[in-house]
Amino acid sequence: MNLIYDPWPWYISGIAIALIMLLLQLSGEKFGMSSNLRTLCTICGAGKQAHFFRFDWKAQRWNLVVVLGAIIGGSIAANFMTNQNAVLINSNTIEHLKTLGFESAGTAYLPLELFEMHVFSSPKTLIILFFGGLFVGFGARYAGGCTSGHAISGLSNLQLPSLIAVVGFFIGGLIMTHFLFPLIF
Amino acid sequence: MRTLFYLIIGILFGITMYKSEAASWFRIYEMFRFESFHMYGIIGTALAMGVISTLIIKRYNIKSFYGETVKFIPKEKGFTRYMLGGIIFGLGWALAGACPGPMFTLLGAGFLPISIVIIAAILGTFIYGILKEKLPH
Repeated sequence: MNLIYDPWPWYISGIAIALIMLLLQLSGEKFGMSSNLRTLCTICGAGKQAHFFRFDWKAQRWNLVVVLGAIIGGSIAANFMTNQNAVLINSNTIEHLKTLGFESAGTAYLPLELFEMHVFSSPKTLIILFFGGLFVGFGARYAGGCTSGHAISGLSNLQLPSLIAVVGFFIGGLIMTHFLFPLIF
Repeated sequence: MRTLFYLIIGILFGITMYKSEAASWFRIYEMFRFESFHMYGIIGTALAMGVISTLIIKRYNIKSFYGETVKFIPKEKGFTRYMLGGIIFGLGWALAGACPGPMFTLLGAGFLPISIVIIAAILGTFIYGILKEKLPH
């Protein structure tokens, strides 16, 4: 196994995520990525529209720095730590994706049908990406957290609300994958 | 100094998300079809270690790097907001194939269409802020 060029196995990733959460806790902060979306709203002046956005965003600056790091980390990993981009998912999954029209399954990092530059001239794809993002942003704030805030740090602290939220994440994800995908794609 | 520390944590997070393929739409789809252990392994390992480290910090009252007590703020009690918000989040997570951390990692990796997802996620957060008082929590 080559940790620089090969994809990381699940246990390396899991250990790294736990370490990241621990480092944030030990520096007096908490692990939660979706809070940044609220901070960005506030910076854009959303405080004028709703009380929810009136808070001292400068106290959240550390988290924006983490996001900046996440962007840089993605750039480093994609440009200097990758030999081949294909994500080798289960062959049944690949077969199924092909029936939905995802010919790039098994050969790319992201489906080219959704994330290649040509999608900027495809209204349907833009609408799909838009609603995907809209639901993620709305749902994360409504539920008070996302994968990092609920599924990792909330559950680590044995919080029942986080368990309810994670069950919700899966109900939504399963409905989308199994019932809505055949209608959308 | 502290800023540099957070930047390094973020870079480590971004590299982890990309290299473990947790930032891949394909992995999310595969997870929701229960056709691989990969994503469950990632979340399960992080969670198991997180439970242990949280217990140790509380049990031995371990202080932060700056000598303060490490605070664990309990989530507010409730059901509706967590279930409804969770379901809406899940619909988006499966459709866009990215949650609020990895979407930034993908931007750095050069997938420019993810910027639509990011802008829409910020807009979704804004809409929640506007509607907050009218929604059941």
